[in-house]
Formats: sequence, C-alpha cells, structure tokens
Amino acid sequence: MNRREALTRVAWIMGGTVIGANLFLEGCTRPASKDVESLFKEEQIDYLGDIAETILPKTSSPGAKEAGVGAFIPVMVRDCYTTEDQKIFLEGLSKLEETSKSKFSKTFQELSPEERTSLLTEIDKEAKDYAKNKKEGEPNHYFSMIKQLTLLGFFTSELGATKALRYVKIPGRYDGNFPYKKGDKAWAT
Amino acid sequence: MADNVYDAIVIGSGISGGWAAKELTEKGLKTIMLERGMNIEHVKDYESPNKNPWDFPHRGGRTQKMIEDYPVLKRDYPLNETNLNWWVNEKESPYVEVKRFDWYRGYHVGGRSLMWGRQSYRWSDLDFEGNVKDGVAIDWPIRYKDIAPWYSYAEKFAGISGNKDGLDVLPDGDFMPPMDMNVVEKDVSARIKQLYGGKRHFIIGRTANITVPHNGRVNCQYQNKCWLGCNFGAYFSTQSATLPAAVKTGNLTVRPWSIVTKIIYDKDTKKAKGVEILDAQNNQTYEYFAKVIFVNASALNSAWVLMNSATDVWEGGLGSSSGELGHNVMDHHLGVGASGRVEGFEDKYYFGRRANGLYVPRFQNVGDDKRDYLRGFGYQGGASRQGWSRNIAEMNIGSELKDQLSEPGSWSMGLGGFGEILPYHENKITLDKEKKDKWGLPVLAFDVEIKENEVKMRKDMAEEAKAMLEAAGVKDVFTYDREYGFGQGIHEMGTARMGKDPKTSVLNANNQVWDALNVFVTDGACMTSAACVNPSLTYMALTARASDFAVNELKKGNL
Repeated sequence: MNRREALTRVAWIMGGTVIGANLFLEGCTRPASKDVESLFKEEQIDYLGDIAETILPKTSSPGAKEAGVGAFIPVMVRDCYTTEDQKIFLEGLSKLEETSKSKFSKTFQELSPEERTSLLTEIDKEAKDYAKNKKEGEPNHYFSMIKQLTLLGFFTSELGATKALRYVKIPGRYDGNFPYKKGDKAWAT
Repeated sequence: MADNVYDAIVIGSGISGGWAAKELTEKGLKTIMLERGMNIEHVKDYESPNKNPWDFPHRGGRTQKMIEDYPVLKRDYPLNETNLNWWVNEKESPYVEVKRFDWYRGYHVGGRSLMWGRQSYRWSDLDFEGNVKDGVAIDWPIRYKDIAPWYSYAEKFAGISGNKDGLDVLPDGDFMPPMDMNVVEKDVSARIKQLYGGKRHFIIGRTANITVPHNGRVNCQYQNKCWLGCNFGAYFSTQSATLPAAVKTGNLTVRPWSIVTKIIYDKDTKKAKGVEILDAQNNQTYEYFAKVIFVNASALNSAWVLMNSATDVWEGGLGSSSGELGHNVMDHHLGVGASGRVEGFEDKYYFGRRANGLYVPRFQNVGDDKRDYLRGFGYQGGASRQGWSRNIAEMNIGSELKDQLSEPGSWSMGLGGFGEILPYHENKITLDKEKKDKWGLPVLAFDVEIKENEVKMRKDMAEEAKAMLEAAGVKDVFTYDREYGFGQGIHEMGTARMGKDPKTSVLNANNQVWDALNVFVTDGACMTSAACVNPSLTYMALTARASDFAVNELKKGNL
C-alpha cells in the first residue's frame, strides 16, 4: 500500500508477540553454537519438517515438509534469533521429546500422524495459555516460535505461495471490486 | 574548456538533484552531477525486482547481523534484506545523537528517489501563510501562485496519478488517471463525506506511479515492490525519469563516489567558484569549477556542505551569517493512528497490489475548525483483507488451520497520521569536532526534538482516526502511538530556510544563498515550514523554478 506497510511485513506478529527479530532491541552477533549448527544436519531437517508437517499438513495442497520448512527453520534460528531465543528454541525441542516419551513412550518421529497431532495440539494449548499470562519482556514459549516459523516458512515458500495461496507475479492491473466466494484462496502477497 | 570546468555543478543525485540536472542541461548548461556514493544503473543494477518471496533466505526479514550493523536503520521498516545495499553503511558514515535522531540515508546515484514513498501533494496558501499568520518563525518569501505553474510542470514530467478532488486545502494538479479505491474504501469514503458534511475527505492517494505510458516508461503493473527499483520505470526516480532526460541532452556528466567537502568561495566576487571533492574510492581531492552550483545533497547533508564552506569568512560556514544554517530541523511526525475490522463485503476482494492507499487531507485548523495546537495532519491509510499472518486465537494446528489461513480473513481498515512539525530555532544540527567518518570528515551532531504542539497533535491524531473509523461503521477500532523518533518520517527539512531577509534566512525567494548568489539550495533544506503533506513534489517544483531563474540570470550576466 505504501512504504509503511513494509513495517508490518517485517514485524510479523502472531499472538501479540514478535519473535526472533527483536525489532527495537540490540542484537548480538556470534558464531552459531554447535547446537544451532546441528539443526542443519539432514536428520534434524527431516525432524523439523515432520513437526512443521503436523502443524500444516498436506491437504489438497502440499504440506509444510514438502515445502521445505524443515530446512527453513534452522536458517531463521541461526541468523535471526538472539542467543536467548536460540536457547529457548533448542531446549524446547528437548522438552517436546520428553513430553512425547512420557505420554507415548516413543520419540516424536516414532509417533503415528494422529499421535503427533494429539501431542502438538496439547503443546499448542500450553503455549497459548503461557502467552496469555506472559508479562511483557518475558520469553516466548518455544512452540510459539516453531509455529510462527512454520507459518512464515510455508506461506512464503514457492509451494505454499502458489498452491496453498494464489500468487501472481506481475498483476498488471488493479481491480478493487474483485469477486470472492468462500473457498477461493488468498493472495500470497 | 578544461575537463574540470563546467557551466553548472549539481551536488547530489536524488529527487531534487536529478531535477536540477535535467533542467540545467535541457537549458544548455554543461553540467556535472556529483554523487557521493556508487552508481546504480536503471534496470541493470536493480537486484531484487524479479525475485519472489521465497528467493530471499529470510523471506525479507532481518538478521541479528543486520541489526548489529545498522543501529539506526533497525529502528524502523527500512532494515530488511530486500534492498539493504541501498541504505547507507552506518559504520562508514556515523553521526552523533545528542538527542535521538533517526536518519535514513541512501548514498548512491538516485539517492532516496529509488526508495521513496511516492505520495505527491501540492501545498496551498494555508501552508505558505501558516508561519506569518501564527507568528511562528519567519514568513515564506513565496506564495502558492509563485509555485503553482511549477507544480504543473513537475507533475506533467514526473507523472503523478490522482483524482481532481476540488479541495482548497490540497489543490488539484495535472494528474494522470487515478488509481482505484477498493470497494470498502469507496464505501467508507462516501460515508465520511456525508457524515462530515463535505468537510472531511477520504481520497485516493496522489502518487508518482504512472497509470498510463509516459516518456517511454511503462505504466504501473501493480506489483507493489517499488522500493526494489522498477524494471518498468513506473515510478518516478532519478533513474527512470530525470537522469535519462538529462543524459539525452549530451550536456551531463555524472561522477559517482564524489563527496563534496566544500564549496570554493571567492571573497572578491562574493560568489562560489566551484567545489572541492574527495573521491570516496581513492581518497584523492579534486576541484571542479562552474558558474552555478546547485546544492541537493538532502536537507541535512546540504547544510553539512555549507557548514564546511567559506569558513575563513564565516566561522559557521557559507550561509551562516543569518545564524539559521543548520537550525529549524523539521520532519513529519508519524506512527500514530487507528485501525479496525470492517464487517461484511465477504464476497469482495481485490486483484493486484496497489502501491498506493487512501489519503485524508488536513481538516484541523482549517476554516472554522480550531484545535488546541497549531497546524495539523493528514492520514494515509486503506482497507484490505487480512492474510495468513492474522492471529486466529481459537485455531490450533493441522488441516483446519491450514485451510483457514489459505483464505483471506475479514476486511480491516486503518489510518496513520503524518503531522506538521513547527520550525524551532533550537532544533539544530552542528558539526561534531571529535567524531569523524570513514574519510576523516567531521560528522553531524543532532539536537532535535518534538515539543508540546506536536505532542498535543499526536493525541488528536489517534482520537480523530478512531472517531472517523467508528463513525463510518468500522468495528473493534484500536488506536496506537508507536514512539516517534525524529527523522522517522524521512522528510528532513529546514536547515537552510528561504526567507525575505538575509538576517533571518539562509536563502532568498529564488533559493539563492544570500551570501553567494550563484549557489542554490533546492532540497528539503530550503523549507521555511513543513506543512503536513509529503514534500518531494514541492522540491521538484522549487528546483525547476530555481533552475529557470538561474539560467535566466546567467543569460543576463547577473551570476
């Protein structure tokens, strides 16, 4: 719409919090820790892809795993997260595994799709409750981070933008009275 | 002619510098345009306009490294990975903040004409007469009638799309066909007109995006990626418009990497002879000579150049005899507004990405409207349907979430204010004697703040936005006031103001420096007050006007 719009594009907000790019705070640059680098291992990318797929599964359009979200998440965590947020994210993955083991006696990846959904639905609820009571300045819940990165990674990916949404690279015209019926996809951008 | 002698020198290549180069070369003057940064060639050097969202590794966001490297840029939207190399390297070019000042700079050919917001509005006499009527600062030496023909001239060449709305406060111009409002905006606009008895208006933004082909440029393709450079040349920039016109004359030389360190002043003739530059790449000093010099380095850097010039005559630099050089820093304060949800219109959407929005012209302190502060503000805004990043509190995870976010959400509408800042003498920039930039040059120190008038206005900005949206039927309206950092409007003005008296102004009515009549300043520095509308169109018109005057004076032998 105008140049100010870019701000809302960057400050991608969900649940009232902006995670990662702490817009108005000092960041710190450091070489990525071993733990962060380990997110780039193939099995970790596969693992993150499975989590993302549970959040945004394949339906009539491709799911988050096929859209490459498993590989997108480590890039964002490494480059855009503060050290504190990286720590929360990494510890969160361990918590997710612990919860999986205590509930199902299996690792997340050993779970059936239904079990995965059930587990993450529960953690999602926990994250929402946490966010509701969270005071300003307190850290975000790790699952809010995972969910945000999944949505961002998916809907801005080529498959997400062109299959789950509609993308017209060069519209060529503007129509401000364009018909819409329930079920029509949103514009990707 | 020696290769360092020209008829005219233009310092800076942004919106006003590009216009000066075009006008002077078209009038036959051999001109050199000096730009402190790199060259950017139209289309060829645009890196991102063909990219898709997924072609950016962080999808357009910012990394911690960027946040560390750009301590100023990070304060607002400009810091992102899509056009990072068009914003100044802050480590090379630091400045001192006695008080917080957000300075968003583009050091390259084209300057910020490549990244500007493109909203283009005429001033009216409400603006030109504001200072004298309110007893603020000094009177403008010109009125609307002096600049009106030059607005037309600038609009016809730049290509401004807009509607003729017939409003006294915002005079109509020579427009290309307007962009369209969407169905919700039309509805709200009609309601507002009726509710406020024709005293308030929601109009389509007047923007320097062309809507019909123009001078070999292709009309806007509704990509909404203007800040990446446009391969169609659909928005006005130095590269798309003024530079090709100037080049065509055969009279233009462009020299990138040329930091003008001073204007060379001749005490005997009381005129400038030329400029001294520092080559930003090889650190060598060169001199260029000309009969006329246009200073278009952007408001704050134009003042910097003057402050560094003729210091053997005036300690504070060329133009400082009035005591006003570097003072009266202005901007537009923003970041206040309201937004809400629009019910209905579920069967309506839009096609295309319109790089434009609605505009609400100033209605405060107009006619019989009186406020507890001086001047006023306008709003920019618009209506759209929410996208996938909306927060659906009740949504969990899985296919339902995905399906729901794959469809547009409800309509929402928002308004954000752009308010006038008064010219305060004590709001000033000075040369800091301690800190140096990468080239060993002194840097600017900022001692600038908004005051009570602006603070009162901000409160009203939020309240009026809420009141109008609610009156028009918008639901769940909330207001916001993000902390405003002076400079965030990216409309720096006032550091070498125009006036009628050399004792109280730096420039005369023709933008000539009183102390060196062959030096013209026609960027934001020349502004005597700020109005509340986006200023670039006024710089274009003033530059064309001053160029015409300069060439006529040259012909008469007066310069």
